[in-house]
Amino acid sequence: MNINATLIGQTIAFIVFVWFCMKFVWPPIMKAIEERQKKIADGLAAGERAEKDLEQAQQAISEQLAEAKAEAARLIDQAKKRGSKIVEEETQKGNAEREKIIASGYAEVESERNRIREELRKQLAVLAISGAEKIIEREIDKQAHNDIIEKLAAEL
Amino acid sequence: MSTGEEQTVSQYIQHHLTNAAVGEGFWTWHIDTIGWSVFLGLLFLWGFRKAAKKSTTGVPGKWQCFVEMCVEFVDTSVKDSFSGKSKLIAPLGLTIFVWVFLMNLMDLIPVDWLPMAAQQIGGAMGYEPHNVYMKVVPTTDLNTTLALALSVFLLIIFYSIKIKGVGGFVKELTMQPFNHWAFIPVNFILETVTLIAKPASLALRLFGNLYAGELIFILIALIGYFQLPLHFAWAVFHILVIVLQAFIFMMLTIVYLSMASEEH
Repeated sequence: MNINATLIGQTIAFIVFVWFCMKFVWPPIMKAIEERQKKIADGLAAGERAEKDLEQAQQAISEQLAEAKAEAARLIDQAKKRGSKIVEEETQKGNAEREKIIASGYAEVESERNRIREELRKQLAVLAISGAEKIIEREIDKQAHNDIIEKLAAEL
Repeated sequence: MSTGEEQTVSQYIQHHLTNAAVGEGFWTWHIDTIGWSVFLGLLFLWGFRKAAKKSTTGVPGKWQCFVEMCVEFVDTSVKDSFSGKSKLIAPLGLTIFVWVFLMNLMDLIPVDWLPMAAQQIGGAMGYEPHNVYMKVVPTTDLNTTLALALSVFLLIIFYSIKIKGVGGFVKELTMQPFNHWAFIPVNFILETVTLIAKPASLALRLFGNLYAGELIFILIALIGYFQLPLHFAWAVFHILVIVLQAFIFMMLTIVYLSMASEEH
């Protein structure tokens, strides 16, 4: 056992090492560790929060989806009703139009028929008269019997 | 064992257990002890300082991870045992743990390598090779372990007085374990022995373990080719010893300082 001045040297070295470690090594490492711990804790909390947010969002989505579905069903229903109503109305309108057209057609046909009949009657009268004229050409004075012809034509 | 043939076994052992010394009497300096311990201390500080400077809060590198593991390990030990608050205890513990571990680690370098290299260098520098000594494990030098233990001892006294005051410290030395004025001398002797036993046990435990380990390495190195398996076995076992001794020294330092800063 030889205790000597080495003891003093080693003590000084030790004190210097501890001082250096305390000043320049320990604090930055500890700071980094603590900051990282905080960061990780924050990250975990953020993750948890995000998960909760996601859950809420999903709930909101499903709610909105249900709402939208109901709305859509309502709209479709409404549209169907409206559509059937329009169809009915249009059918009615069409029917009315048809009736009207048919009626006017009838009227036209009627008037045409009347006109033709009148014409025919006239021509028939003329024909009858001309026939009668041919038969009785020699005896009947056209001028004298014009009133009879007119009367006949009116009767036809 | 590859020294000169004229060297006897006891000379070989003696050579391995002698420090390279400068100076006379008390003012002898073991330059190998100081050199290696300072080198290892600087290695520790350089490595850890490097990690500390580059320490990021992001993804750490491998070395930073390792350093942080050591720091956290010491920090946990301190928090578990030391009740008070101190900026000194944890860095002190870290320094003791890593420094002592590194000094102990020198024990695993084959016992002849560095002494022989030193002899070659010394011989080249013109010294007589047999007079060139090199003891590479600083913790096998009682000066080192005692220096550590005395520093811790001074800290124990400093903390005792800081926390309890001079009166409290004196009271602790004289009024325990028998709280009566008549027992003051007895108490004082008992408590002083307890106090002195702390650094003494710290220093001698570390020194004894490492000195014995080193001696066994030297003895194993003496037995020829059979040394290879034996050396391996003892080295593996010694890994445990060097870590354990570093840990014990750190842990006891923390515990002693914790005891010193506690009110009774």
